[in-house]
Amino acid sequence: MPNSTSSKNNIVTIKNLTFSRGSRKIFDDISLSIPRGKVTAIMGPSGTGKTTLLKLIGGQLYPNAGQIRVDGHNVHRLKTKDLYTLRKRMGMLFQSGALLTDMNVFDNVAFPLREHTHLPESMIRSLVLMKLHAVGLRGARDLMPSELSGGMARRVALARAIALDPLMIMYDEPFTGQDPISMGALVHLIKSLNTTLQLTSIIVSHDVHETAAIADYIYVLSDGKIVGQGTPQELEKSDSAWVQQFMHGDADGPVHFHYPAIDYLDDLLTSK
Amino acid sequence: MFEFLEHLGKDTRNSFAKLGRATFFLIHTLTGIGEVLPRPSLLMKQMYSVGVLSFLIIAISGLFVGMVLGLQGFYILSDFGAEESLGLMVAASLVRELGPVVSALLFAGRAGSALTAEIGLMKATEQLSGMEMMAVDPINRIISPRFLAGIISMPLLAAIFSAVGVIGGHLVGVGMLGVDDGAFWAQMQSGLDFNEDIINGIIKSIVFGFVVSWIALFEGYDTIPTSEGVSRATTRTVVNSAFSILGLDFILTALMFGDI
Amino acid sequence: MQHSKTQDTMVGLFVAIGIAALFFMALQISNLGSYSSGDSYTISANFQNSGGLKVKSPVSVAGVKIGRVSSITLNNESHEAVVEMRIEAQYNNLPDDSGASIYTAGLLGEQYISIDPGSSEDYLQDKSKIDITSSAIVLEEMIGKFMLNKAEGK
Repeated sequence: MPNSTSSKNNIVTIKNLTFSRGSRKIFDDISLSIPRGKVTAIMGPSGTGKTTLLKLIGGQLYPNAGQIRVDGHNVHRLKTKDLYTLRKRMGMLFQSGALLTDMNVFDNVAFPLREHTHLPESMIRSLVLMKLHAVGLRGARDLMPSELSGGMARRVALARAIALDPLMIMYDEPFTGQDPISMGALVHLIKSLNTTLQLTSIIVSHDVHETAAIADYIYVLSDGKIVGQGTPQELEKSDSAWVQQFMHGDADGPVHFHYPAIDYLDDLLTSK
Repeated sequence: MFEFLEHLGKDTRNSFAKLGRATFFLIHTLTGIGEVLPRPSLLMKQMYSVGVLSFLIIAISGLFVGMVLGLQGFYILSDFGAEESLGLMVAASLVRELGPVVSALLFAGRAGSALTAEIGLMKATEQLSGMEMMAVDPINRIISPRFLAGIISMPLLAAIFSAVGVIGGHLVGVGMLGVDDGAFWAQMQSGLDFNEDIINGIIKSIVFGFVVSWIALFEGYDTIPTSEGVSRATTRTVVNSAFSILGLDFILTALMFGDI
Repeated sequence: MQHSKTQDTMVGLFVAIGIAALFFMALQISNLGSYSSGDSYTISANFQNSGGLKVKSPVSVAGVKIGRVSSITLNNESHEAVVEMRIEAQYNNLPDDSGASIYTAGLLGEQYISIDPGSSEDYLQDKSKIDITSSAIVLEEMIGKFMLNKAEGK
């Protein structure tokens, strides 16, 4: 496959992306690039469309303007067949895990292999066990998704996402709603997979500490714009008040604690 | 008044948009059938959940409907001294109408609602989206096998319903009420035509299977991915299927048996 | 996507029962068992009055059903009813001077055509016509005639 315009070091380049849902602009002319082999985090408060961005990269949604290139291909210009070929090389970890509930852990991990390859069953078994071992759940292969805890389900989903040895993995809120131990396990897994498999990782999250611990580079989104970017250390020292508030989790700052309202005293004194 | 018109216009627009989505969905599903055929295991699994699991309710309902027809028919026909026609009456009502219609209604309630809920929950839990990201087309992989299973199962279920119903009618008419066994079958056979009655009944049930599967799968696929959305979609499947079955039954009957 | 043997067996059983039910309907419930083949030929006959005869009414010889009425139309010139009958191909030796009458099965039963075979050596062919016919007996006419006779006879 030709690797025409995008620079060799960036696996994903987003140029002047605009996307709106209804009348609301989710992304307003943003550009960013994601370097190969690194962990890049995209952060921002809830509702800034971080998941939407992943779906745009995966070609599940269409932008209103701008273009997204993944490994040199303009995602939204590809024919369905080529898009599917490209997707085989992108793994995505959904927030819920998105495991297929009617099959057990083993079959879930085997699913992409069985769908896309014609490998003999014995080889599929070895591959699945290797992937499950990598996430520490080789012993759980016979469990059904409903029997897994949230953290385990996410690890199974991770094993499934790496089943086809993709170029990159997109993590959608991998840390949300996890207890500290599962969270630690996931942080460790993402980092170690990235180095051992030489993957590119894109993490979408609002968990500042965990993300900052493993990310090489962070983009901070708010109101459809990129409000800050840099390495975790750079962002820590950022002179933007907004980024400071986000990184430290302050209750009040550029983003106010109170939802816009009329004056408090007036409100109390007004009789209905 | 203007508000009412505005609502009406909005509803019309939404209905057309939905109809359009449903049509594209159907075309996609039909093209996906080509990918199902080389993988019979996918179809087998769905034949099990759509067909085999509906078998019991269909057979039992068929038996009771047939028995009631035998009983009611006997009292009406004996007023005219025409008890011998009981077999014909039971079989004609079952084969032409009750077999295809009642089994389709039961199928919508048993299998259709289950399909909608299953697909709706798969959407709500991002399983469909996840499949897309694994480069697997969810319509080809998930919807098409279920659709095909519905179309194959429905005529079989309707045939089982009618056959069991005739046996139920025989049980009551011949076994309990003393209608002559020979007359029961002979009247039935001379009164019903294979091409006109049986084949038309089968065509009806295939059409119903097509429509119910389409509605059920589309409502599931088009659902708003929340628990409330799934529950509403399930209700819509049962209600819309019932309306479509009964409406189509009238049209098909008029085309097949009437002179319209 | 494990292959479950019991599941396959159940599906097989279900399909077998379904097909058995279809066969049951074809052979036991409908008239397919009594057809030797779908082949047939058509003959026609003109009647003064076709009465309550309908499309699909039976056509019989000596009480044995040999076919069905396929259409009933009006001849615009002679104002007679033209009844076409589809006769099963195996009954291909009806003499061409046979007569056709419309009778009623029982007092309230449906009307049917009875063919009385003639003695000719030539047989009825496809599209041939029966010339000797007797019309349906209409109950009201009969009662009317009967009443008239009674009145005259007195």
